[in-house]
Amino acid sequence: MSRLGLIVAAAGLIGLSLLDIPSYLNHLLILILLWSFVYTSWAIMGRFGLVSIGHGAFLGIGAYATALAWNYFAITPWLGIPLALLLAAALAALVGYPCFRKRVVGHYFALVTLALGEIVRLSIVAMRDYTGGSLGLTPNRVAEGTSIYAMQFVDKRWSYLIALTTWAIGLAIWTVVDRSMARHAMDAVAEDETAAAAIGIDVMREKMKIFILSAVMTAFAGSLLCQYQMYINPDTVSGIGISLQIVFAAVVGGMFTRWGPTAGAIFTIMLAELLRIAVGVKMVGLDNTVYGAMLVLFILFLPKGIFGTLAEKWSRRARLILNRKPT
Amino acid sequence: MFDLFLVEALVNGLLLAGVLGLLALGCNLIFGVIDVVWICYAELVMAGMYCVWYLYIQQHVPLPLAWGAAVALVAAIGALVHLGVIAPLLNTAPINQLLATGGLLFFLQSFSTLLFGVDFRSISIRMPLLEVFGIFISTARLLACGVALIAVAALFYFLKRTYLGHAVRAVSQDREIMALMGVDVRRVYLVTSLIGGGLAGLAGCVLLLQYDVHPSLGQTFGPLTFMICVLGGLGNLAGGFVAAVIISQIISVGGLWTHLEWGYVAAFVFFIVMLIWKPEGLMGTRS
Repeated sequence: MSRLGLIVAAAGLIGLSLLDIPSYLNHLLILILLWSFVYTSWAIMGRFGLVSIGHGAFLGIGAYATALAWNYFAITPWLGIPLALLLAAALAALVGYPCFRKRVVGHYFALVTLALGEIVRLSIVAMRDYTGGSLGLTPNRVAEGTSIYAMQFVDKRWSYLIALTTWAIGLAIWTVVDRSMARHAMDAVAEDETAAAAIGIDVMREKMKIFILSAVMTAFAGSLLCQYQMYINPDTVSGIGISLQIVFAAVVGGMFTRWGPTAGAIFTIMLAELLRIAVGVKMVGLDNTVYGAMLVLFILFLPKGIFGTLAEKWSRRARLILNRKPT
Repeated sequence: MFDLFLVEALVNGLLLAGVLGLLALGCNLIFGVIDVVWICYAELVMAGMYCVWYLYIQQHVPLPLAWGAAVALVAAIGALVHLGVIAPLLNTAPINQLLATGGLLFFLQSFSTLLFGVDFRSISIRMPLLEVFGIFISTARLLACGVALIAVAALFYFLKRTYLGHAVRAVSQDREIMALMGVDVRRVYLVTSLIGGGLAGLAGCVLLLQYDVHPSLGQTFGPLTFMICVLGGLGNLAGGFVAAVIISQIISVGGLWTHLEWGYVAAFVFFIVMLIWKPEGLMGTRS
């Protein structure tokens, strides 16, 4: 994308907040942006074969640590969120270190993360005296409604700007990682770990870096989701359902390209909303039925995802045009 | 008095192990022979449970017939899963098979919500409690444990005594060589998936004796199933039962002192430690 186009798009997205757009539309935009960030966080490690089916663990830690710090210790989210991020990083390091040391890869690694997600979900449920268990948790609202100190906003346009910034940061992190040496190192590791180690790549360090980065980003999204929705529930932030949904959206959008996870978020959220409008709420579970069937079909026929496949087609055509010799 | 509770927890844990062992049996077989993880395995068990519930409660079919139908249905689903999803993906990265069956998990879970709603369904058979030396034992668990042991015996007979069983074991040892030796690997895979599905159906039948069925049932039993498969060692059927005993004791005895969830948390932590420290399973040898 050209630089000019990027600036125009950014100005347009920021400008949206000045317009008085309907709150439903605004809500959809915020959801798409925040979830895009989550899917990007997942894909940042997923693209290197580190497939996690327990990212709900980090989402849950981000959401609950922030909310609990606010409710019980009156710690502002400005401090609570960094705290939650530290916690997520510590958990990722604690699990990642022995995993990578002992070379737990592929579907074994996936099973470890699956268990991790369950551990976090069950711990939240078990600490029901503080977390409210399966009933969920609501951060205490401040009396004045909007408070920067409490990171609570009545005007949804603030939430939109925060979500937009977060999303842009996610894309920026992706770009930085994509252009770094770490990316080449991780590509080599994903291809052949032994060979990568033989040419001097510190496999352990590279994997730890990318895993912790992904965990911290996911936890950050968890905190923001909590601040935005003002309600969290162990099943909606942790657990297998949400972890698989993250994988699904990233795969559908395309986990190997920068815009893929965003495409996945737009696609899944729009699909859910369209189904809800078309069929109504009486057919509970219809959206997930379609998701599930589509995930299978995508893995079978379109493993690079919607955006990945389109980008490939487009760039092939672009390459053809560019390579055409002037006559 | 506390000791009596402990003994009761131990005995109940042992009986739970029978159920969990049966639950893991089919998954383990598929894991061992085809080397794929059916993430949706517990959802197949759920499908079996719904089948029994629907036939027995809604259609008033006698229970044994309903059981037979459930086993047949889930066996057919198992074969379909293999032919439709696993077989085309066999030569791609293993993670693709995991994700595709993850999609099936989503599908089966939500589809059953569509069909049956989110309510808890039970076949409401009251099984008496047996009292032995002051310990209460549930007949349902006893029955489930018995069925599990019979299923294991039958599976062992098949694997050790029949021609096809030999082929299955041989394929699990070396896929490439057996294809060269003239074994139709595709047929072996299909038969394995059929049996694996049938075992899931059977597990569903006995599970319905003591648990209600609901769409998110798989979220409870799915992780447990993989845990047992991995702890016991891939394809190690006897190891699976040893792992089932350990896990069920952690849950049953661990749940005695504190919330049940902490028992599960302990089991999952144990699982992660085992997966990292000894991925070949408790009784396995490193190849």
